[in-house]
Amino acid sequence: MEFSYDIAGGDFSRAGAASSEVKKILKQLNVELAVIKRVVVALYEAEVNVVAHAADGVMQVTLDSASIEVVIRDRGPGIPDIALAMQEGYSTASPRVREMGFGAGMGLPNIKRNCDSLDIESTVGVGTTVRMVTFFNR
Amino acid sequence: MQVKDILETLEIAPRPGDDAERELAREVTGGYASDLLSDVMGHAREGQVWITLQTHKNVVAIASLKELAAVVLVKNREPDEDTAAAARAEGIPVLTTPLDAFEAGGRLYRLLRGA
Ligand SMILES: Nc1ncnc2c1ncn2[C@@H]1O[C@H](COP(=O)(O)OP(=O)(O)O)[C@@H](O)[C@H]1O
Ligand SMILES: [Mg+2]
Repeated sequence: MEFSYDIAGGDFSRAGAASSEVKKILKQLNVELAVIKRVVVALYEAEVNVVAHAADGVMQVTLDSASIEVVIRDRGPGIPDIALAMQEGYSTASPRVREMGFGAGMGLPNIKRNCDSLDIESTVGVGTTVRMVTFFNR
Repeated sequence: MQVKDILETLEIAPRPGDDAERELAREVTGGYASDLLSDVMGHAREGQVWITLQTHKNVVAIASLKELAAVVLVKNREPDEDTAAAARAEGIPVLTTPLDAFEAGGRLYRLLRGA
């Protein structure tokens, strides 16, 4: 099964909408609650990163009986140093975004903790692709 | 314990025009106090009351995704208009206390843990 959602960069009023749709589907499909809870955290953080840091993006979800794979691909500035970006507390978010309580530099660490495999590819000036896989019945 | 059982302790006045019976029956299992959204996303748990000073709409998105029991805004902060609308749509109570986060958290802790 595959689903796909558009994510608009800069539009915080809609941040989380795609994650919420995926959560509904996972619940309808009776995916284990423990898995849903982890997936939701990772999805939301990846979605918010597109909103906060990129121009626009697409969230693609592929589900089979054993796992859920999510690929979030955006057009944006890219991440020059992925290892640095992964460090808890590192953030380039604007002051406005920080005032809202985003930009604590905890998003990528949250993603890492809440999926079973994480792969980030990024080209500066082009965009970023985040791929995460979470297995059922771990 | 349900959301309605924490109102008095946290000095939360019901909002006029709220037909919030179902929302206020949500089960409360604990509390989480933070103004950093990723902290709440990563560490709050289902059924907790979220104590915060953030009033924008993303608070509701997070509370809904995490299935938190309620959001309590401290120091008389009111939800933004679109926050209140989203809260109604999602069925998540977004409440206002005159207390600060320390006092609200302390009272909620005592109420829940009986300490
Ligand atoms: N999709 C993205 N496009 C560009 N930069 C990104 C993206 N995702 C993350 N980053 C970079 O990595 C940093 C850390 O991300 P994260 O841990 O989610 O923290 P935060 O979003 O709170 O800054 C960001 O501040 C940003 O510099
Ligand atoms: Mg982030």
